Amino acid sequence: MKVLTFNPQRCDGTRACEVTCAETWFKVTDVAKSSIRIQPKEAGFGAQFCIQCGQCIDVCPTNALFQDKQGIVRVRKQLCVGCLSCVGFCPYGVMYFDTAQTLVFKCIACGQCVKACPTQALEIIETDNVSTDLWERKSR
Amino acid sequence: MSKSTLKMLAAFGYEVPTIDRGYAGQTLYVNVGSGTITAKPVTEDMKTKFIGGRGFDLWLLWHGVKDGTKWNDPENEVVISSGPCGGTTQYPGSGKSIAAAISPLTDVVIDSNAGGHFGPYLKFAGWDAIEVQGKAERDVVVYINGPGGQVQLWEVPEDCPTDTHVLGHWLLEQFADDEQDKQQLAFVTAGTGSEHTLMGCLNFSLYDRKRQDLRYKQAGRGGIGTVFRHKKIKALVVKGFPVKGNLNHPADLERIVRVGADMQREVATWDPVQNRMRSRGTSYLVQIMDDYDLLPVMNYKFGSHPETPKINGDIWEARYTQGLPDGCWYGCTVACAHAVDNWKVRTGPYKGSCVIVDGPEYETIAGVGSNCGIFEPWAILEMNFYCDTYGIDTISFGTGMAFAMECYEAGILDPEKTCGLELNFGNAEAALEVLHQMGRGEGFGLIFGLGIRKMKTYFIEHFGADPQFVNDIGMEAKGLEYSEYLTKESLAQQGGYGLTNKGPQHDEAWLIFMDQVNNELPTFEDKAEALHYFPMWRTWFGLCGFCKLPWNDVVDPKNKLSSEPQKIMHHVENYRQIFIGVTGQEITYDDIITQSERVYNLQRVFNIRLGHGLRDHDAIPYRSAGPVIEEEYHSREERYDQQLREWLNLDPAAMTVAEKMAAHRQYREDRYEGLIDAVYKRRGWTNNGVPTPEKLQALGIDYPEVVEVVKRHL
Repeated sequence: MKVLTFNPQRCDGTRACEVTCAETWFKVTDVAKSSIRIQPKEAGFGAQFCIQCGQCIDVCPTNALFQDKQGIVRVRKQLCVGCLSCVGFCPYGVMYFDTAQTLVFKCIACGQCVKACPTQALEIIETDNVSTDLWERKSR
Repeated sequence: MSKSTLKMLAAFGYEVPTIDRGYAGQTLYVNVGSGTITAKPVTEDMKTKFIGGRGFDLWLLWHGVKDGTKWNDPENEVVISSGPCGGTTQYPGSGKSIAAAISPLTDVVIDSNAGGHFGPYLKFAGWDAIEVQGKAERDVVVYINGPGGQVQLWEVPEDCPTDTHVLGHWLLEQFADDEQDKQQLAFVTAGTGSEHTLMGCLNFSLYDRKRQDLRYKQAGRGGIGTVFRHKKIKALVVKGFPVKGNLNHPADLERIVRVGADMQREVATWDPVQNRMRSRGTSYLVQIMDDYDLLPVMNYKFGSHPETPKINGDIWEARYTQGLPDGCWYGCTVACAHAVDNWKVRTGPYKGSCVIVDGPEYETIAGVGSNCGIFEPWAILEMNFYCDTYGIDTISFGTGMAFAMECYEAGILDPEKTCGLELNFGNAEAALEVLHQMGRGEGFGLIFGLGIRKMKTYFIEHFGADPQFVNDIGMEAKGLEYSEYLTKESLAQQGGYGLTNKGPQHDEAWLIFMDQVNNELPTFEDKAEALHYFPMWRTWFGLCGFCKLPWNDVVDPKNKLSSEPQKIMHHVENYRQIFIGVTGQEITYDDIITQSERVYNLQRVFNIRLGHGLRDHDAIPYRSAGPVIEEEYHSREERYDQQLREWLNLDPAAMTVAEKMAAHRQYREDRYEGLIDAVYKRRGWTNNGVPTPEKLQALGIDYPEVVEVVKRHL
């Protein structure tokens, strides 16, 4: 499947990805509405975003979460009851909640952040290995 | 199945109000006898004093009945309400419905709670409570159509089923236009057993989107299902709106989301290494209770049994379907509402059918299992299924059966009196046949269905039973059968059962571990304080629409470092935050207790008004305090002998077993009376258990009609 991956060695902390994500999906610049989160680390920066593992799907009581044909975990907005089950049970803390719409949101590997990144730290790649290795892709 | 022809008896149009901070602002009154349907406003006084849920139930019931109303009088009501926080999806266990009525078992007010979708859907359809009064001539369904803004009273045809698992599908057929509709419908039903017994329960449905089928949770206690069927109600049906995360229109959703997300993470982190509720539900308790000699075995004679591993949590974990989000309301990740799918029924009218068995939960496993000496999972499943679909409370059935079995083994009953059934402990087939007789309304099932209190009278009058013996071993208080914990070594829990308003049900106080295991309540005053705080705290869940389990069945270990770990204050704080977040009303921890005290004291006065509720009515059967028969004494002889030496300075070696038991009895009964004195004092009641006018005034519930009741007993 095609998923997002992050190369910490290339990130300069501009955080254009967060702003772009929030703008793309919520039409705001508030990075709290971003599905990718950049944090400073001891050396450089780290990123967190959904790795499409799908563990949230069984936790959802309403079938609002599903894996699409491309393997991406998506939200059926009309079914989401805003119960936070997936938010609390996401092992990676990358399912978020929008109070205004009372809906969850997450990275669906749309690739807008990849285009926005000035240092090419983000990339959409084809892989079946869904793990947090995707947050620490090494330079080729 | 196709749509049947229903005959409309009455209809009432209404404009669905906007839910404001957890309240619809009105309650629904339906008289199934006269066809009267009206809306009643929810006053600020009601919201401030009684909050919702059980508080609203009691307030409406208080005004609906008379001093002398009996359970089967038409003016008795079935009242159901969730509460302002009910329907919150962001915090586990926030969708409870609380039902109340005058009970056929106790003749006082019974309150009983259940999960399922009815309470929240009812509120979102525009009603904070439903109050059903009167008695219909023929079977009826009350239909509350939120999206359509209509309440309708329908007469149903004779082919309308009564047993819940069949009736539920019939109701879906009648009221759901499509798949989406199925998710928006919720029912309250009973069953044929509710028609023939006094221990009828209510089933609250939920449409399980993963299983694409109906599930049921039970408001089991006290015979509300019996009242329901006596009124000839087949079902209450509500069609709600599609569930969203903000249907309560809370004052501060951000605040709710903050604590909700934290709690979901707490469940995710700690449940797998603590009680594993998500895979075993409350069945995890079976082995723990056995290990601590607290599991009721053979009518509470014993507290453990070598065969318990055959029915403990591991067994049920293997039987429950795993990996499904088994919450009884959206967002409950504690998910204790497990089920056994595709159970092929082995006995009775539904033999051969494949059904979902909702549960079994701890109380059912202990009640129809160990307490009856039955350690066969198939029999527990079978009884669980039939109790639910017949509309019979598994706790009253289990505790009642344990009593009947001991009476059989004591020679009070014999096959001639039981219509040929050999009701020895462990005879699952015989127990099941009694259950089927209750469904059919025949045979020994009719006597059994009266409940332990009336069975005792019947056995004394008709079978020559020794009154003291049956009164000692018949595990009921106020007429309600005990739930499933052994209390002999916990005085506080003897009070936790005996000093309740509704009868011995553990939802009010569960102090065994604090008292017996951890010895944290050494004095009468300590126990009295616990019997003030915990019943009030636990009452509060039922005012707001919360479930108690997420409070103390999964807890971040940091709690152990807090000053009062047994109160789990970081969870209390969560609940306080949600209440504030929903209602916008700032409250303190003390306010929580005061809110409950108002409702609790009103219920006490209500009981007095109905001719009960005094000190005499807080008596407990001796078996809950000590050994009744020598076999029991011998089973814990070392412990009892040691107690004689330490507590009473007696030499057991110089005493017969009968003398030792008599000494224990004197001591234990005196101790219970001492506990009553201390608890009444702490609760602000007279020595006869009557709330004083000063107490009522301090709580702000000194309404003239309330004060008038207590004045008669001062």
